[in-house]
Amino acid sequence: MPIGVKVLERPIDKSSYVRATLSGMALTLKHLLDTDKVTIQYPEQKWPLSPRWRGTHRMLTTEDGKAKCVACGLCPTVCPANCIKLVPGEDENGNRYPLLFEIDEFRCIFCGYCQEVCPEEAIHVGRHYENSEYSREGFVYDLERLMSQTHPVCEMWDPADPKGE
Amino acid sequence: MIALLQQVATQASGVEHLPPPESGGVWFLATAVKILVLFTIYMVGVMLVIWAERRICAFIQDRRGPNRVGPHGLLQSVADGVKNIMKEETYPAQAYLPLFVLAPVMAFIPALLTWAVIPYGAPWVSRWGTIDMAIAPLPIGFLFILSIASLGVYGIVLAGWSSNNKYSLLGGLRSSAQMISYEISMGMSTIPVLILAGNVSLGRIVEQQAGRGLHWNVLSCTIAFVVFMVAAFAETNRVPFDLPEAESELVAGYHAEYSAMKFSMFFIAEYANVMTASALMSTLFFGGWDLPFTLWDNVAPHTLLKTLVTFAFIWAKILFFVFVFIWVRWTLPRFRYDQLMALGWKFMLPLILAYVVVVAGATLVLDAIGFHPASWQFSVIMLALNIVLVVILFGVVDRGRLVSPAYSRLDKRNLDKLRRLDRARVRPAAFTGGGPA
Repeated sequence: MPIGVKVLERPIDKSSYVRATLSGMALTLKHLLDTDKVTIQYPEQKWPLSPRWRGTHRMLTTEDGKAKCVACGLCPTVCPANCIKLVPGEDENGNRYPLLFEIDEFRCIFCGYCQEVCPEEAIHVGRHYENSEYSREGFVYDLERLMSQTHPVCEMWDPADPKGE
Repeated sequence: MIALLQQVATQASGVEHLPPPESGGVWFLATAVKILVLFTIYMVGVMLVIWAERRICAFIQDRRGPNRVGPHGLLQSVADGVKNIMKEETYPAQAYLPLFVLAPVMAFIPALLTWAVIPYGAPWVSRWGTIDMAIAPLPIGFLFILSIASLGVYGIVLAGWSSNNKYSLLGGLRSSAQMISYEISMGMSTIPVLILAGNVSLGRIVEQQAGRGLHWNVLSCTIAFVVFMVAAFAETNRVPFDLPEAESELVAGYHAEYSAMKFSMFFIAEYANVMTASALMSTLFFGGWDLPFTLWDNVAPHTLLKTLVTFAFIWAKILFFVFVFIWVRWTLPRFRYDQLMALGWKFMLPLILAYVVVVAGATLVLDAIGFHPASWQFSVIMLALNIVLVVILFGVVDRGRLVSPAYSRLDKRNLDKLRRLDRARVRPAAFTGGGPA
């Protein structure tokens, strides 16, 4: 016997081998016949996401199909991962708009600060997680790509209503 | 020695067997067809058993298991096989290549060979002669099985040794110790069956279990069956006896260094062994191809219909035992090494030796009184004897780990301590009252 193996002291009439084995087999048989399975059939069925899920970004648009972004520069400033690239531009009426707006989804840590800081409610993190591309460059989403996303956006945590009620 | 045994066996069984087909050509053709049919069923069976194992294990764990490839995932094993054939084979630099390559084959062939002697249907008296439904109806069938089954260990030991890996070697060593220990119990546990049949031919053992009632050996040799089943689990290296593999301590044991199709060969060998052990259990203890409660399948005319019905029936039994193998695997945890040895040598061997004496004595006494082993009185008395023994063994003796594999650790001092604990224990009121509160 190896040293230091702890042997539990059980009353004799409570310890058995054959009967314990049989009752264990009855338990596994019960689970075998149980039709309630926990597996989610992934591509067909999906786990419901939390309304506060922070995933793939999305740029909201105005009614005439333009990005809501006014190129104020708050999101690249607040971004802790430095993944937003913004070059502001201005049209003849003095309205600012982004000449270049890119988010590197690989660098992004999905903290959601960009959505929180945006005064125009333009950039959002979304309730979406299925991203796949054939190249690393494909994960740098430009403005067009961000505007064409259609998934629901994240509902941010509200300090006044911490439990989301 | 073998020749002598063969002669004795032939003399004893010769009267029972139907004459072989006259023409050599028919015999040759029939044998070729039998080999082809059985090999196909066997290989497809192994594939499906692997699928069944994965599905059943998933169900037991409240999962779904492979259900994507083909209907209900039935083609999963085909996909895995294709993948494994395509994969690159790796050879460890320090491995001894000839044995490294040979070992998967040596693990696989013995499991396959055993099938040659198992009768898997009632003989068919065709217009070309009697066709026996075993590939090789050897008069020494059972001895053949014992000798071939003990060859299976070589594949595993050589795989472990030739890999030149300490974990593989440990796995191989464990497996050789385990197989040798349990082979003794396995061989011994069949002696009661051989006593009742009076023969070592599997065909004769099946005939002996035929009858108007239920004459299966499991009823007259219950404890032998239990010991045989436990030993069969150990011989096939299945959980709870999968110490050669023991992924938690030995990585993957003897097949840690194998990749691609060679690894698959070990996998196939394991399931082939499971099916062989199931077939042996059905044949030795559950009447083989015989239908219970009727003599329809045992008397002339031996038509093709009877052969097919009995063929289906033995496969139903085999699949049932395959299911039991899978079921037990996903219920029990693995034994520790000393528990394994203690169970084999200190519990099962003395038990089966004593049981052989009991069965032999009972047969002798009943024979002296005048009950032939084929009579129903003999079966009833043996059944009663077995019920008493099973109740004593698993109901009364199975307390305080006396029957368990941890038996070795229970010395006198500990036993006394446990007994004192038992006496001192005050039963809670909820357990003594029994009635609703």
